[in-house]
Amino acid sequence: MKSGRIHRRTAVAGALAAGLAFPVLAQQGPIKIGMSMPLTGGLAAGGKSALIGIEVWRDDINAKGGLLGRKVELIVYDDKSSASETPAIYSKLLDVDKVDLLFAPYATVPTAPIMPMVKQRDLLLMGNFSFQVNRTVKHDKWFNNAPWGPADSWARGFIDLGMKAGAKTIALIGADQEFAQNLMKIAKDVATEKGIKIVYEQSYPPSTVEFSAMVRAIRAARADMVFVCSYPPDSVGLLRAINEIGIGDSVKLFGGGMVGLQFSSVMESMGSLLNGVVNYNSYLPEKSMQFSGTTDFFAKYQKRAGEAKVDPLGYYLAPFGYAMGQMVEQAVNATKSLDHKKLADFLRSNEMMTIVGPIVFGPDGERKESATLMAQFRGVTDKNIEQFRNPGKQIILFPEKWKTGELVQPFEKARK
Amino acid sequence: MFSWELLLDAIVLGTMVGCFYAAVSIGLSISFGLLDVPNVAHPALLVLASYGAWLLGDFDIDPILAGLLLMPVFFVLGIALYRTYHETFEKRGSDAGVRGLAFFFGIAFIIEVGIIMAFGVDQRTVQAFYIGKSIEIFDIRIPMRMVVAFAMALLLSLALTFYLSKTFLGRAIRAVAQDEGALRLMGADPVAIKQWAFGIATAVVALAGALLIIVQPVEPTLDRAYIGRTFCVVVMAGLGSMSGTLLAGVILGVAETVVLTMFGASWAPAISFTLLLIVLGVRPQGLFGR
Repeated sequence: MKSGRIHRRTAVAGALAAGLAFPVLAQQGPIKIGMSMPLTGGLAAGGKSALIGIEVWRDDINAKGGLLGRKVELIVYDDKSSASETPAIYSKLLDVDKVDLLFAPYATVPTAPIMPMVKQRDLLLMGNFSFQVNRTVKHDKWFNNAPWGPADSWARGFIDLGMKAGAKTIALIGADQEFAQNLMKIAKDVATEKGIKIVYEQSYPPSTVEFSAMVRAIRAARADMVFVCSYPPDSVGLLRAINEIGIGDSVKLFGGGMVGLQFSSVMESMGSLLNGVVNYNSYLPEKSMQFSGTTDFFAKYQKRAGEAKVDPLGYYLAPFGYAMGQMVEQAVNATKSLDHKKLADFLRSNEMMTIVGPIVFGPDGERKESATLMAQFRGVTDKNIEQFRNPGKQIILFPEKWKTGELVQPFEKARK
Repeated sequence: MFSWELLLDAIVLGTMVGCFYAAVSIGLSISFGLLDVPNVAHPALLVLASYGAWLLGDFDIDPILAGLLLMPVFFVLGIALYRTYHETFEKRGSDAGVRGLAFFFGIAFIIEVGIIMAFGVDQRTVQAFYIGKSIEIFDIRIPMRMVVAFAMALLLSLALTFYLSKTFLGRAIRAVAQDEGALRLMGADPVAIKQWAFGIATAVVALAGALLIIVQPVEPTLDRAYIGRTFCVVVMAGLGSMSGTLLAGVILGVAETVVLTMFGASWAPAISFTLLLIVLGVRPQGLFGR
């Protein structure tokens, strides 16, 4: 009995000792960066591509010796593209995995539910291509890697291009989902502010199969420009219907916020149907967008993407995943710390050089100046993914600093 | 602003869309409507068939031909599915329906995840000479892919109506739907007949899946968008009626397209399901049910 008690005491003492020693050991371990990522479900194509970008950065930084002399380890869980999964995943990352830093999942829907928790715990969160998730939360340690900038810059870039081309009326069409509706409302506000007459406004449910009827109605409205806020299946359906039905000679500018036209599989399958569309983008292989490390990154990305059956081009998301890592790297190296407040202060007050160009944040954690591209598809041929690796297939019209050509209009002429 | 021209356009296009809805629902009309099998995996099988057509497209096989080539494969798959369902659920008793539902949900998830693992999550489309072109009839431009879907739906409905009413096996299938016990007393094996019928229902899905990828791009989770729509068509038609399925599809398609064009796209799904409720309120057995 006595010896049993001694054993228990020894065990308790040992456990205490181990517990005291553990934090010391943990500090010498790798720096853990935790995130969820949509690896299945509707957002998975983007999520997988973004993750490869982050993984390339991890391997690059570890090859250079890591951060603060410690290796970088990524802890990633699949959030299934679902908003309901992410709060539990991020709680686990913080409370069980004890991660040092947090990256947000790709896209708005999975990110929005974790914002209150991150603010409550006062943690740094590097955003990953979400749209205006910090607008109401107003967290001061949120930094979005996306090029969007101020909320209205996206629609403003498109409408300004249309006005320069002489457009006086606009048709607005968008999916009945949060992101598309936000964007459509902003476009409506900008159009109203600029005195552009809204001649057609339509939201459609995500389950819409056939878009011919909507295209007919747009044609009947004789709009000068058509601002579209669509998701990938709808983008394809709309472009097909336009090709079949025709949108009319009045339209000078068509596109704006069509999600999907940035992804390789959609670009390849749509081919020449893309010609003439002026749409948002984040990064394009045009000469004006070659920055330090860009070529090297895409060589590494495209090799891995081929093996993983993920977006073979990867221009839209992957370099921004890498840039997210680069920003953290610069902040940690400058502050010599993993303290979230110090890192946030650095990120808020410095210009950071990345493979997608210099990044400066505004007070809301979004880009101070929009770097969202408006580009026009030109000379695209069918069934040829390789053509998109070369400059000249998507001419940058906006912003001015990266502009590589002029708008061809009207839309029906640009399509040919 | 009201326009007669837009309304006429909407009715014509709605008819085409409706026939497409009928084509993707007609397999379910057999499996659920006639055989009483809660086949919620029907839309997942539809997407699987679309992927089959997409794969065969790499060999320059036309999607419709691909659908026809896939029919025997899907027939065998249907037989295997029914046999598993029968052995594990149906023959064990009265709660087979509920447990069968779980079985077919499981099948749907396996198909969905299987497609993701094999082909990734990207959208897939096919090429054919009738995709991306339109024909003009009385100043109305109609996408040719919708005309193809319309024609195939008509052919499918006619072929199945003929098969179920004029052939020995077809009449046996109708008989098993009406009184399984009586059929057994006549010396026929209802399980074998149901198995055959489920095979036919699944084979029809192969062709419908080819139509699906002709009409719109497909991705692994697209089946979820079609669960409500296909069951709505089948229930509105009256369980087991082939011509009713075609008519219900057209009613749904025209209602959706007219509402979308004239009143606003957001109302379209609500109007469709309101129509279903009205039909069930007036005729609980459906438009063509007995």
